[in-house]
Amino acid sequence: MIKTKDLSFDYIRRDEEGNVESITRALDEVNISVKPGDFVAVLGANGSGKSTFAKHLDAILMPTEGSVYVNGMPTTDEDKLLDIRRTAGMVFQNPDNQIIGTIVEDDVGFGPENLGIPTEEIWERVDKALDRVGMTKYRCDSPNKLSGGQKQRVAIAGIMAMKPKCIILDEPTAMLDPVGRREVIKTAKELNEKEGVTVILITHYMEEVIEADRVIVMDAGKVVLEGTPRQIFSRVEQLKSFRLDVPQVTALAFELNKRGIPLPPGILTVKEFEEEYIKALSALEGDA
Amino acid sequence: MSIIFDHVTHKYEAGTTMEKPALKDINLVINDGEFIGLIGHTGSGKSTLIQHMNGLLKPTEGTVYVDGEDICGKGYSLKSLRSRVGLVFQYPEHQLFESSVLLDVEFGPKNMGLTQLEIQYRAFEALKSVGIGDDLIDASPFELSGGQKRRVAIAGVLAMKPKVLILDEPTAGLDPAGRDEILGLIRRIHEESGITVILVSHSMEDVANYVDRIIVMNDAKVVLEGPPKTVFANCDALESIGLSVPQVTRISADLKNLGLPVRPDSITIEEAADELAALYKRLH
Ligand SMILES: Nc1ncnc2c1ncn2[C@@H]1O[C@H](COP(=O)(O)OP(=O)(O)OP(=O)(O)O)[C@@H](O)[C@H]1O
Ligand SMILES: Nc1ncnc2c1ncn2[C@@H]1O[C@H](COP(=O)(O)OP(=O)(O)OP(=O)(O)O)[C@@H](O)[C@H]1O
Ligand SMILES: [Mg+2]
Ligand SMILES: [Mg+2]
Repeated sequence: MIKTKDLSFDYIRRDEEGNVESITRALDEVNISVKPGDFVAVLGANGSGKSTFAKHLDAILMPTEGSVYVNGMPTTDEDKLLDIRRTAGMVFQNPDNQIIGTIVEDDVGFGPENLGIPTEEIWERVDKALDRVGMTKYRCDSPNKLSGGQKQRVAIAGIMAMKPKCIILDEPTAMLDPVGRREVIKTAKELNEKEGVTVILITHYMEEVIEADRVIVMDAGKVVLEGTPRQIFSRVEQLKSFRLDVPQVTALAFELNKRGIPLPPGILTVKEFEEEYIKALSALEGDA
Repeated sequence: MSIIFDHVTHKYEAGTTMEKPALKDINLVINDGEFIGLIGHTGSGKSTLIQHMNGLLKPTEGTVYVDGEDICGKGYSLKSLRSRVGLVFQYPEHQLFESSVLLDVEFGPKNMGLTQLEIQYRAFEALKSVGIGDDLIDASPFELSGGQKRRVAIAGVLAMKPKVLILDEPTAGLDPAGRDEILGLIRRIHEESGITVILVSHSMEDVANYVDRIIVMNDAKVVLEGPPKTVFANCDALESIGLSVPQVTRISADLKNLGLPVRPDSITIEEAADELAALYKRLH
C-alpha cells in the first residue's frame, strides 16, 4: 500500500532575497513498507518528522531524495495526484487547517463531492460518517463555532466520507476527552478490521498504540525502532531516551518488577495487569 | 488573586435563534494560589469558562469577580487584567502571529510598557524555560512542528509573569517528555511564586499528578469538585460523562473489588506501586 525508499526531506528556509538561511533535515533515509490492511502507529518526539512523513504519503510534500509509492504510484507522478489523494486520506494535526465548509454537513460532504460521487450517495456517506463520530446533532452548525474536540471529530468524518483505502491520522485525538479518544481509536480499528482500510496513526498517547499491528518509532528524522506494541513497550528505558513513554499500566508493571515482583515485561492493558498481578500473588501462596 | 463566579450564565449568540447556552448558572470560588484542574467532555464549556476569567468573554447573566472586583464593572481595566491573568489558548496557532519566535514572545511584555532590556530578558528566559533553543528564536512560528508551536505560545504568556496562569490543554500535542517538562515547569512556577494555576486537560493522569483540586464540567454545568482522590473515586459517573480515571486508579479499585486488601484510591504510579508492592511483601 505504502512504500518509501531512502526517503529524505529538507525544509529550506530562505531570507527575503531568496538566499538559503538554513536547512532542516526533517526525514533522513526513511524506509518503510506498509501492507494493505495494516494498522501502523507512528511515535516520536516533537519535531522528529512524523507530520513531514505523513505529508509525503498524501503527496503534499515531495522527497528531497528517495521516493514514496502509494499503491505502486510514485508520488512525484503529477498525473496520479488525484488517484493518490483518493487512495490516501489524511486528517491533519490541526483541524482548523482542514475545515472549509460553512456548515458541518457541507464540510463533510466536500471531499466526496470533489471525487465526483453522485449527490445521493454523498448524503448517505455524510450521514454515516457524522453518526460514527457522534456529531449528527451538530450537522447544521458552523464548524468555526464548535469546540476544539468537536472540530476534530468533523475533520475525521470528512475523511471517512471519502472512503479512502488508506487513512492517515495525524494526532487525531489530541483534543478529545477520554471517551472520545477511545471512540476514535475504536472507529479506526473497525474500519481497519471490517473494511480492510489501511490505517496509519500518529499519536502522543501511548495507550492508543496498543491496538496497532506494528509500531514505528522515529527520532531526528530516522526510523529507530519497529515492532509489535508489546516488543516496543518492553523497552521502557530506551523509549524514554527518545522522549517517549509507555502506557501507565506498563509503567506500573515495570516499577513493580524493579521492586522484585515477577511480572512479565510489556503488559499492555489493565486486564492483563490484574491477571498477572493476581498470578504473582497466588504463586506466593502456593509457595507458603 | 482569587476568582469568583457568581451565578454566571453564558449564551453564545444570545437573543438570536442560534442561541446556545455554554455555561449555566456557574458558582465557583478559586482561591489565591490554588492549582486547579478543569476537566469535562469536549464541548462541556471549559474554554468558555476560562475565557471569562480574563474578560475575553462576558457573562450573559451573573458576575465574575477577580480580587473582589467585578471585571465587567464601569472603569475596570481589562488591559491590566489581561497582563495579570495570562491565558494560553487551546490552539497555539491562535496565539502566534509575529514573524519570528522571539518577536512573538516579546509581544506580551511589550504591551506592558516594560524597558526593552527587561522585555528581552523575559523573552529569553521564558523561551529557555520551555525548551526552545537559540536555533529557533529567529524562525517563523509557522515553520515549527506542532509541539514546538505549543511551547512558544506558553513562553509568550510566561514572559508576562502573570499572577494567574490559565492553560487550555497545554500538553495536547506534546511528546511525553515535553508534557512532563512543561507540567513540571508549571508546578515549579506555582510553588516558587505562589501564583494561581488553572489547567484544562483531557489527560486524567496529568490532572491526578499535578493539581490540588479538580473541577468537573458536564453540559455547561459544574457537576463535581474536590481533591483528585475524591473525584477519581467516581469512576462510573466520570465514564458516563465522557471522562475516565487514571489506569492505576482503575486497577486499585478493581483489585479492591476482588477482595484484595489494598487502598482503592491510588491515583499515581508511585502510590499504586507502593500499595501493590507492600501487599506482595506482606504475603511473602
Ligand atoms: N514548514 C516548515 N519549514 C521549516 N521547517 C519545518 C517546517 N515544518 C516542520 N519543520 C521542521 O521539521 C522538523 C520535523 O517537523 P514535523 O512537523 O515533521 O515534526 P513532528 O514529528 O510531526 O512533530 P510534532 O509531534 O511536534 O507534531 C522540525 O524540526 C520542524 O521544526
Ligand atoms: N463562538 C461560538 N459560537 C457558538 N457556539 C460556540 C462558540 N464557541 C463554542 N461554542 C459552543 O459552546 C459549547 C462549549 O464550547 P467550549 O469551547 O467552551 O467547550 P470545551 O469544554 O472547551 O470543549 P473542548 O474540550 O472540545 O475544547 C460547545 O457546544 C460549542 O459548540
Ligand atoms: Mg506533527
Ligand atoms: Mg476547549
